[in-house]
Amino acid sequence: MLKFVTDEKKQKFLVPLLSVLFGFLAGAVVMIITNINPLDGYKALIKGVLGNPRKFGEWIVSSTPLILTGLAVAFGFRTGLFNIGAEGQLIVGSFAAVAVGILIKAPKVIHLPLVLMAAALAGAFWAFIPGFLKARFRVHEVVVTIMLNYTALNLVNYAIKSLPGSSNTKTVAIQPTADLSSDFLSKITSYSRLHWGFVVSILMAVLFWYIIEKTTFGYELRAVGFNPDASEYAGMKVDRNIVLSMMISGAFAGLAGAMISIGTFDYARVIGSFEGYGFDGIAVALLGNNAGLGIVIAGFLFGALKAGSRAMALASVPKEIADIIMAFIVLFAAMNYGIKKLLVRLGKEAK
Amino acid sequence: MGIMDFISIIIPLTLAAAAPIISASLGGLFSERSGVVNIGLEGLMMIGAFTAATVTVLIESSLGAISPWIGIFAGIIAGGLMSIIHAYVSINLKADQVISGTAINLLAGGITIYLAQIIFNQQRTKAFLYGIKKQNIPVFAKLPVLGKMFFSSVHITSYIVIIIAFIVWYVVYQTPFGLRLRAVGEHPGAADSMGINVYKMRYIGVILSGMFAGMGGSIMVLTQDIQYTYATIHGTGFIALAALIFGKWHPIGVLGAGIFFGFSQALGVVAYQMPLLKNLPQEFFWAFPYILTIIALVVFSGRSVAPRAVGKPYEKGER
Repeated sequence: MLKFVTDEKKQKFLVPLLSVLFGFLAGAVVMIITNINPLDGYKALIKGVLGNPRKFGEWIVSSTPLILTGLAVAFGFRTGLFNIGAEGQLIVGSFAAVAVGILIKAPKVIHLPLVLMAAALAGAFWAFIPGFLKARFRVHEVVVTIMLNYTALNLVNYAIKSLPGSSNTKTVAIQPTADLSSDFLSKITSYSRLHWGFVVSILMAVLFWYIIEKTTFGYELRAVGFNPDASEYAGMKVDRNIVLSMMISGAFAGLAGAMISIGTFDYARVIGSFEGYGFDGIAVALLGNNAGLGIVIAGFLFGALKAGSRAMALASVPKEIADIIMAFIVLFAAMNYGIKKLLVRLGKEAK
Repeated sequence: MGIMDFISIIIPLTLAAAAPIISASLGGLFSERSGVVNIGLEGLMMIGAFTAATVTVLIESSLGAISPWIGIFAGIIAGGLMSIIHAYVSINLKADQVISGTAINLLAGGITIYLAQIIFNQQRTKAFLYGIKKQNIPVFAKLPVLGKMFFSSVHITSYIVIIIAFIVWYVVYQTPFGLRLRAVGEHPGAADSMGINVYKMRYIGVILSGMFAGMGGSIMVLTQDIQYTYATIHGTGFIALAALIFGKWHPIGVLGAGIFFGFSQALGVVAYQMPLLKNLPQEFFWAFPYILTIIALVVFSGRSVAPRAVGKPYEKGER
């Protein structure tokens, strides 16, 4: 047991597991302090996710964009970039998808891929800006991406209102040929909003794994992340890789936006503030160890928290408990250096 | 609208919008000068705003007009307490400071509404009766011309914050404490060898940042809102971060940047009455500070103005 605890490789799995455990414990403490029985709360959470087919469908709906923003953030991390701008790239992507979905007429086999492509390209473009500024001017991507989040929020709200037929709160519905939703999926989950987006997100996770682990390009990206100077010396084009990596990261986030605007809904909405998918993506990437499979698992976990929190609200637990638990999981995952040290010390003491 | 009318409308609006930005930005200055990045300013402002609104609502029936001031005090304390988490995680546990700050933002967004549900049984605090009201500043309001432009019907908190900015300048640049604070943010190793306790100075920097951000949030909710909601702060903490960069990590620069960003927001409010500007969408004015910050970053690039050790955990004995 203790060997398991101190083995470096196994810690890769143990630290995320402990983070989740501690996160739920911290959530329980918050509930106890505020005079709520945590067992009731968590029972409601499980029921809210698995209670009936419809809830199961909504769980997958909630998880789909989180997996994609998780992939976006993780792709940046792998190259040593902190893309805190997934939120903005998602907003731009969701708008691009709807714009192409409304303005262009084409048969579904062409239209749907076109819409997804538009979302990915828009996200990639929005991420190109910080990538380019970093490569060319050495401006830190964290600050630029934060600023671009708010820029996207405001400019896209304006753009949404400018599309033909838009009201002050949303656009008209997209053409049916651009819609990800499916009567079949909806029916088998007792009329949830389940759409084909989850297939896209799983495919993207596979693509992520393939690019990072199986291509020379991915190897170079990782090398740049580990040590940019050495990579430069080894003849890799560091600046070009920074820009490309940001763009791929942004493409994942842009697709996440499409999952919401042409999947969960079939129009774009004017939003007053961020919905948090991009920030949650940081949590997903951290917990998923920045690896394809890990991110899918973490995405479904956080998706469950989001979807299940509505049921918790019915059991008179404020649904914000989900955000609190997520925040604690991020905190504990960020502490992994400390946790690892602690585990090693535990191991030594036992010997 | 005549130019005098315009000035008499835009100045109070600018001052009102600038006060929370400057306050939180000065907080960020303490933290980043000590070497700890704090992108949790937004969350710390939320905590301050929620606490200030809640305390004001709970005590105003018995204490009356002094309640919002006690509310601000409570908001400052709450921001300071919350920032201890960020300090511990990033200083002792050497976690990634950007991730820790993100966690603070997530936590603050969740916990404030959660507590509103517990205390008030709704998604927001109850509305308070006694906010910080606009007033004429004694003596100054009687000045000819300037009195009417700058000191009539404004929030006194705006002037308090401006005075505080000068105090912060004095503390950071003219006192031994300020020298030590800047030293641990530039060369923690050298500071350590001179007997300065790096961890202690960084703790002070981060906790001060929480208190100042808490104050900014408190002022914001009590001057611009009637209650705390999830949208009360709406990105002001990130504008504060922008003001810190735009002001080159210098208190007077931060003051200027804060007023400038406040002006750009005020312009957004009155633009629809202006002949040339009314054709621009309001969203443009909201996005303006952010776009400007990116441009400033590019212009400043190549000249290192940020504290040298900012964002890097300090490991004792490491060179």
